[in-house]
Amino acid sequence: MAPKTAYERMQLIKNIHRPSVEQYVSALVEDFIEFHGDRAFGDDAAIYGGIGLLDGRAVTVVGHRKGHSTEENIRYNFGMAHPEGYRKAMRLFDQAEKFGRPVLLFVDTPGAFCGVGAEERGQGEAIARSIQKLMFLKVPVLTVITGEGGSGGALGLAVADRVYMLENAVYSVISPRGFASILWKDPSKEEQAAELLKMTAPDLLGFGIIDGIIPEPKGGAHTDPAKTCIAVKEVLVRELEALCTQNTRTLLDNRYQKYRSMGVYGG
Amino acid sequence: MILDMFKKTRTVSQFLKPQKDDEGDPKEVVVCKRCKKEVLRQNYAKNLFVCPLCGHCSRVSAYDRIAMTCDEGSFRELDRKLRSANPLKFKGYPEKLENLRSATGLQEAVVTGVGKIGGHPAAVGVMDSHFLMASMGSVVGEKLARLFEYAAKKKLPVVLFTASGGARMHEGIYSLMQMAKVSAAVGRHSQEGLLYVTVLTDPTTGGVTASFAMQGDIILAEPRATIGFAGRRVIEGTIGEKLPSGFQSAEFLCEHGFVDRIVPRPEMRETLQKILAIHSK
Repeated sequence: MAPKTAYERMQLIKNIHRPSVEQYVSALVEDFIEFHGDRAFGDDAAIYGGIGLLDGRAVTVVGHRKGHSTEENIRYNFGMAHPEGYRKAMRLFDQAEKFGRPVLLFVDTPGAFCGVGAEERGQGEAIARSIQKLMFLKVPVLTVITGEGGSGGALGLAVADRVYMLENAVYSVISPRGFASILWKDPSKEEQAAELLKMTAPDLLGFGIIDGIIPEPKGGAHTDPAKTCIAVKEVLVRELEALCTQNTRTLLDNRYQKYRSMGVYGG
Repeated sequence: MILDMFKKTRTVSQFLKPQKDDEGDPKEVVVCKRCKKEVLRQNYAKNLFVCPLCGHCSRVSAYDRIAMTCDEGSFRELDRKLRSANPLKFKGYPEKLENLRSATGLQEAVVTGVGKIGGHPAAVGVMDSHFLMASMGSVVGEKLARLFEYAAKKKLPVVLFTASGGARMHEGIYSLMQMAKVSAAVGRHSQEGLLYVTVLTDPTTGGVTASFAMQGDIILAEPRATIGFAGRRVIEGTIGEKLPSGFQSAEFLCEHGFVDRIVPRPEMRETLQKILAIHSK
């Protein structure tokens, strides 16, 4: 069977039964307790976070939440976080650092929310600080992009020692539709843009942007969520084991160098 | 006197790029983008490209900005030769860059270097919206990361004039990753206890707002500059209505607590000088 195109993957991950952060957490993390609020403005339901045990090790978990029904989609704003969502995440990162807990991040968002309140409350500032906080957080950080990795809204939870993608997940600077509208003035060229953007897990592994791919069941993650969760757990436990043996300095130096070296240029 | 300043700095600028702004016909007029009135080009330049009639701060080129900000002859450019690659093999992208290089005299959307502001040494970066709307690709990210690393090594403050339409979409995921790369370099510079001042100029949006533009110790802005994360039309599309005219202006940001101070262009150099002086004690 030929590998799926970027556009095919985009369609596949739209499945409403695709495993969500809450499913991963309930399958992977024991004694999980969800925490709410950014201690400043409110509680953003689009960001799910809390603490628990992964294979006996205390961890902090934060992820985008989309929901599994129209009603849930609306309640969680389709996984599009407001600034208070990123600030809730940052508060949990600080807490994780204080207590020496590794951070697990699950990314699934079309992007950060674009709206009046988001601008008034500093969407740019919130993401900017989240990126920088993760870059220098003194505990191991692992990200899994489980579905959509949409631009800055994804990156706000995707600066990590290891970034994995599920086999059919996509990760991009802009949606193919946005790309086609802006650069070609023709949103109908979405499919063509999806291929050009190199947004699939194999593309991004090839570029060295991500560190690995987590295989999905044949028909996609939604056809067997339990199996998908086992595959995710296996990777997280293995990577965490390795990262937890590194001293903080090595961990942070490696994280810095990893992002410092991203880019292609000449001269 | 200010015109003199331009003339004197020409020695620097001419070396870097052919300047056109205050040469040519003395009767030449420009039309202010805001009040639509005609102004003599030489008066406009004399007034730091601020409309003498309505106060509109027009977008200035990176080298003009450097001339307005740095002490005469003090600016030395770094990493001028870095060139973008075409990682997505996007048709027409290399040609587009080549055309922009000849049209603007810039090599890329940011100019970086070291100079002095009122006698205080500083690493200085200026983004230029005339180059593909100062979108951030690998070269912009790399030049800025190098600037912060250089400044950290030399114990220099960084003054960065931001402007950007956002990510350089032509470079795909690499453009997104520049947000993380520059944030990393900004963070290391900050850990050395060094000062970073951002000056948000029109327009500062998208991935630049969501990274280093908002990471300054001190965040200044030019009056009425558009500053935001999402584009105005995107938001209007989401909410299905027109946004008020002052939305995402520097004043709006200041009112909501995201900008330290709005500084009119004629006071910018002095304000920066004062800030640098206070931090050198």
